Amino acid sequence: MLKFLPLFWLKVIIHLSAALPILYLYYGAFSDTIGADPVETVIHFTGIGAFNLLIITLLISPVAKQFKWPNLLKSRRLLGLYAATYALFHLLNFVAFELQFDIALLGSEIIKRPYITVGMAAFVIMALLSVTSLSYYKKRLGPSWQKLHNYTYIMACLVGVHFYWSVKSEIIEPSIYLAIVIALLSIRGKRIKQWLLPKKNNR
Amino acid sequence: MLIKTPKRYAISENEVTSENIYRERRQLLKGMGFIGASALIAGTSNKAHAIDFFGSDDKPSFKQNTLTYQKDDSNNQTLTPEAKVTSHNNFYEFGTGKSDPVKNAQAFKVDPWQLKVDGLVDNPVTLDYDDLTKLFALEERIYRLRCVEAWSMVVPWIGFSLAELIKKAQPNSNAKFVAFETLYDPEQMPGQSSRFIGGGIHYPYVEGLRLDEALNPLSLMSVGLYGKTLPPQNGAPIRLIVPWKYGFKSIKSVVRITLTDKQPPTTWSQLAASEYGFYANVNPNVSHPRWSQASERRITGGGLFARNRIETQMFNGYGEEVAHLYKGMNLSKYY
Repeated sequence: MLKFLPLFWLKVIIHLSAALPILYLYYGAFSDTIGADPVETVIHFTGIGAFNLLIITLLISPVAKQFKWPNLLKSRRLLGLYAATYALFHLLNFVAFELQFDIALLGSEIIKRPYITVGMAAFVIMALLSVTSLSYYKKRLGPSWQKLHNYTYIMACLVGVHFYWSVKSEIIEPSIYLAIVIALLSIRGKRIKQWLLPKKNNR
Repeated sequence: MLIKTPKRYAISENEVTSENIYRERRQLLKGMGFIGASALIAGTSNKAHAIDFFGSDDKPSFKQNTLTYQKDDSNNQTLTPEAKVTSHNNFYEFGTGKSDPVKNAQAFKVDPWQLKVDGLVDNPVTLDYDDLTKLFALEERIYRLRCVEAWSMVVPWIGFSLAELIKKAQPNSNAKFVAFETLYDPEQMPGQSSRFIGGGIHYPYVEGLRLDEALNPLSLMSVGLYGKTLPPQNGAPIRLIVPWKYGFKSIKSVVRITLTDKQPPTTWSQLAASEYGFYANVNPNVSHPRWSQASERRITGGGLFARNRIETQMFNGYGEEVAHLYKGMNLSKYY
């Protein structure tokens, strides 16, 4: 059974299935063989890839609990870091290939366009969580580490809104993503409530 | 010997890229499988992102015929490769992804076709399929095409002036506007039958121009590009090209042109009037909620590193020909 897969091999599978698409994507993008506008293709691919990985990461703890699969839980950080990597590529692609390093334009885009503002906010959270995912910080931060990493939930909502606002009229796909995020957060309803409204719960 | 005086908007033809790039890219796309969650859930739909990455797409391709036309031979701008012009399309009737139309439109039937010109005219006209390319002398026009999404192309269109067609129908003195309509055929156009594929815009797609805009010599009814008849993803068999306006004004696969006395509704302003106005003139000073319009990315050859971000010009660079149409108008109000 999959459940008894050694952690090492589980991680190998995650590495292969997350890293190979990126390599393949850039191979196609540099050789100009992935559609007429490779810039758009890489931005969409890395963006949706980051969101998929984020959702998978949020699925880990309920699935691991349900099926009593500890190794899965141990691979969660790796998946989260891949989600962050895809998000980093998404942002770098936007800055390097869409805006072509027009930093002034980047600044005004972040301020003026709500979907980019929200996306950047999500990215900042993602970056913060990635850095503090190191064991060193986990030990140092103690109980506040969990509080900090609960920001994943807020980030997931921001990413969903970012996707929803970025489309012209094809809202069905982003709506499905938002519904998935809400479902994943509602599984953790009690915990999120405790985190956001700790006083109310003590009464 | 034919001596042709080049018009100012005429830009010369060079670096025409062959079709084989277009063939090659199909192979690589297939291997690049990465499924969007919605595709997993929706199953049958959302071909845009998932299914075609895995499935075979060696469908029979639409047959384009060669055209006889007067060449535009006074060119100084690099053309967008043909393979890109015919594989990067916004045509929501065939899906919202840029590469959906080329995949989903190849079986589209363009013959028989009827294009009606009616409304406030003294001589209603109906063009059959053969009339589209035979009734008027065809000429090539190399135009810049600017999308509201801030990308642009340089395309060698072939067609005839919209003015010629309108004059043939003899508009009467009450005619002030020209309304256009795309074919409505949900059986052939999957986006019209499924909201998921068609992005939830209202069909049939409609567009409109003021009569004086329509009569401007730049307004072109296009029946071809790169020397051949249009492929369906580019709006076969006949489409409008209004090069000083954002691409969504240039309605595809037109079946009806109606002269009216009132400003006709337009599809994108029906959906979001605050984002897409009736005029939709290319204007670097008026921003869209999602895209700065000050600059654009020209789609050229070359991969990811093609350095092609350029400043957007007022009226897409056709101000000399069209600015007088908007004299005294506040273009941030009438966007």
